[in-house]
Amino acid sequence: MKDLSEIIASHPFFSGLDSNYVDLITGCARNVKFSAGDVIAREGQPSTEFYVLRHGRVAVEINAPARAPLVLRTASEGEVVGWSWIFPPHRWQFDISAVTLVRALAFDGKCLRAKCDADPKLGYDMMRRFAQVAASQLQATRLQLLDLYGGRG
Amino acid sequence: MKNPEASIPATHPSPYFVRFDIEGLKRLIETLKQEGYEVLGPTVRDGAIVIEPIESVSQLPCGVGDEQSGGRYRLTQRSDRSRFGYAVGPTSWKRFLFPPNRLLWRATQHERGFSVETPPVDSQRRAFVGVRGCDLAAIRIQDRVFCGGANPDPDYVSRRKQTFIVAVECGSPVQTCFCTSMGTGPAIGDGFDIRLTEIPDGENPYYLGLAGSEYGAQLLSQIDAIQVNESEFAERNAILASAAAQITRHLDPDHARAVILENPEHSRWDEVASRCLTCGNCTQVCPTCFCSTVDDVTDLTTGVAERSRRWDSCFTMEHSHVHGGAVRRSPRSRYRQWLSHKLGSWWEQFGTAGCSGCGRCIVWCPVGIDLTEEVAYLATKRDAPPEDAP
Amino acid sequence: MGAEGNVLVSVPPKEHMAPLPVRVLKSHRELADTWTLELDSGPLGAKFAPGQFNMLYVFGVGEIPVSISGDPLNTSRWIHTIRSVGLASAALCATKSGEMVGVRGPYGTCWPMEAAEGNDLLFVCGGLGLAPLRPAILTALRLRERYGRIAVLVGAREPTALLFEKELHVWRGRFDVQVEVTVDSAGRGWFGEVGWVTRLIDHVRFDTDFTYAMVCGPEIMMRLAARDLVERGVAAENVFLSLERNMKCAIALCGHCQYGTTLLCRDGAVLPYSRVASWLGIREL
Repeated sequence: MKDLSEIIASHPFFSGLDSNYVDLITGCARNVKFSAGDVIAREGQPSTEFYVLRHGRVAVEINAPARAPLVLRTASEGEVVGWSWIFPPHRWQFDISAVTLVRALAFDGKCLRAKCDADPKLGYDMMRRFAQVAASQLQATRLQLLDLYGGRG
Repeated sequence: MKNPEASIPATHPSPYFVRFDIEGLKRLIETLKQEGYEVLGPTVRDGAIVIEPIESVSQLPCGVGDEQSGGRYRLTQRSDRSRFGYAVGPTSWKRFLFPPNRLLWRATQHERGFSVETPPVDSQRRAFVGVRGCDLAAIRIQDRVFCGGANPDPDYVSRRKQTFIVAVECGSPVQTCFCTSMGTGPAIGDGFDIRLTEIPDGENPYYLGLAGSEYGAQLLSQIDAIQVNESEFAERNAILASAAAQITRHLDPDHARAVILENPEHSRWDEVASRCLTCGNCTQVCPTCFCSTVDDVTDLTTGVAERSRRWDSCFTMEHSHVHGGAVRRSPRSRYRQWLSHKLGSWWEQFGTAGCSGCGRCIVWCPVGIDLTEEVAYLATKRDAPPEDAP
Repeated sequence: MGAEGNVLVSVPPKEHMAPLPVRVLKSHRELADTWTLELDSGPLGAKFAPGQFNMLYVFGVGEIPVSISGDPLNTSRWIHTIRSVGLASAALCATKSGEMVGVRGPYGTCWPMEAAEGNDLLFVCGGLGLAPLRPAILTALRLRERYGRIAVLVGAREPTALLFEKELHVWRGRFDVQVEVTVDSAGRGWFGEVGWVTRLIDHVRFDTDFTYAMVCGPEIMMRLAARDLVERGVAAENVFLSLERNMKCAIALCGHCQYGTTLLCRDGAVLPYSRVASWLGIREL
């Protein structure tokens, strides 16, 4: 079995990360597994972790009364879920649940924040990766909101 | 016509190059009518020279000239009695080859569905008398559109085959003309059955007639005429040289093509859009504009549905309508479409420019927008006037 | 006097604007607002290339261009999938089997099935855009050995707006084609992806040096998908889009379908991205 640092180094989210930093952040990571239907995070709960997906699919959901939860987006292998750990108040904005069997790396937010604070170069690298994820998700969300497929005749 | 491939020498001296006077012209028109042609020619109506069916040479304008400039058209009195002493008017020959309205087909409902019939194509013989170089070029541009593709328009083809062309070289250009730039005038090289050059000569104009087809030669031979001599030929050349020298407007078609296609976001489009009324006059007077739309009329009591075709203009919103609305909503985009098509994309679509240099769009634009000026501005850097700006 | 081109042909050209009345053999509802019509193609047969379209006429209502969504091998029927959005499309959707509609065509360019042989194929479809791509997908699957990897990426508004869902399942059941579906929004019962369609491009493997992509959907979606594909290394000449503009005649005579320097009915509707990339960014072109 590969050790954690190898898994981190080969994950697309950490592509190109300096190997010293890979070793440094490995201390904040652990392997996790969820079954289909498991609740991974609940809106409003403290967000102590984020997940780097290695296998399977999770849904970012929002709950509403008298109807099934709405799926805002899904994330799959190669992607990352959760950024509430970065900023106070460190609470999940949405529910996260496993759509399929999910294997992931869970990163301890507090641990990683401390390492980022101690080494701003690592901090900048991490923030850039998360900013890119945030930007592409925002762009995708805007396009989904356009309801484009209603238009083609 | 009868044998369009017949090669007739266009250079002097030639047995098919003859001189005759107004009586000869009269005889030519009479002969055409006897041959079953509807004769169309210039005549004065409502203060303009328009193309209409004419019965005799007496309906041709006599001693009439014109003044044209951006947004302005006036008839004037000439000091001679020439019959072709003016430039092109608001109408072109387009309407006789590509009529403004035409029934395409008629569908009749019956118990188990419907059937479709097409009306016969127009087969009337028509003689166009007085086709200028620019308009002859325009006809050839439309030939490419309507006959040159995989699906030629049957009505146009039929009308075109039945058309006899009496071209007239231009001795009286106006200041909106730029045929010299487009290589379409004032002299005419080919594409006619008979080519006339009018020599005004005071009270008694005379004509030099050159046959361009065997049938044209046959008709010319029925006129009381003598062969053109060297001095008359020199006189014709002098008239055309003088006409060419009077033309000051300029447009380089190759340059215009590049400039327009390379500058779709130039600030000049905004400037011209601030003046353009999107009235579509330019497209209606243009001898090459070919856009058409269709109208459906259904009579539910008889169960008959008809579809007809009518001239359209890219200046309407409906022209670019797709599900959801019009694509070209702003006047800027519609003017850009018109000019870009005319001088730019036409080349890629039909292998020629869509402009013959007749200048009608300048004259009949209510605000006098001048495409040659617009091209000059588009060729400059944004917001800078061209060096030779008028 | 002789005109240019074909004017001198001895046989007078036929009136291409007249539709051929044909019988509707079957009408099948695909989605809440979308129907598939099967039309008797008559003695001439339905001979077309994937990506081409017909003009369909409903008596007394009007005529619209509609892409052909059937299998090119089935020449006995014209198959069209139509969304009810305007007068004519609503009337087409409302026709019942046994009734008649008018057909003329097929017109336009086609998906580059032959040029793409030996390459990986990516089909990127948004909404009803799967309909014009269906003949291409069916052709590729039939001639499976001629292509490398094949992926069909589908974006839809919601799970209930997924066109040809049964067929997508059939394709997904094969071992030699990857089918990925995403929707803009979904409830809990949806176990597929929720997100923007081009995100699916990251889910499939393809050799960027040897990939042909065929993209069909709303113009915004095609533009962004083509840009994403080119950013990932696919040659712009190998990315094909199917564009849409107003169309009246479909035979390059009426001037309505101009897009850039092209007449879409003749030079399109399928065009390589390399030809249209600069125009896609120009507003109101």
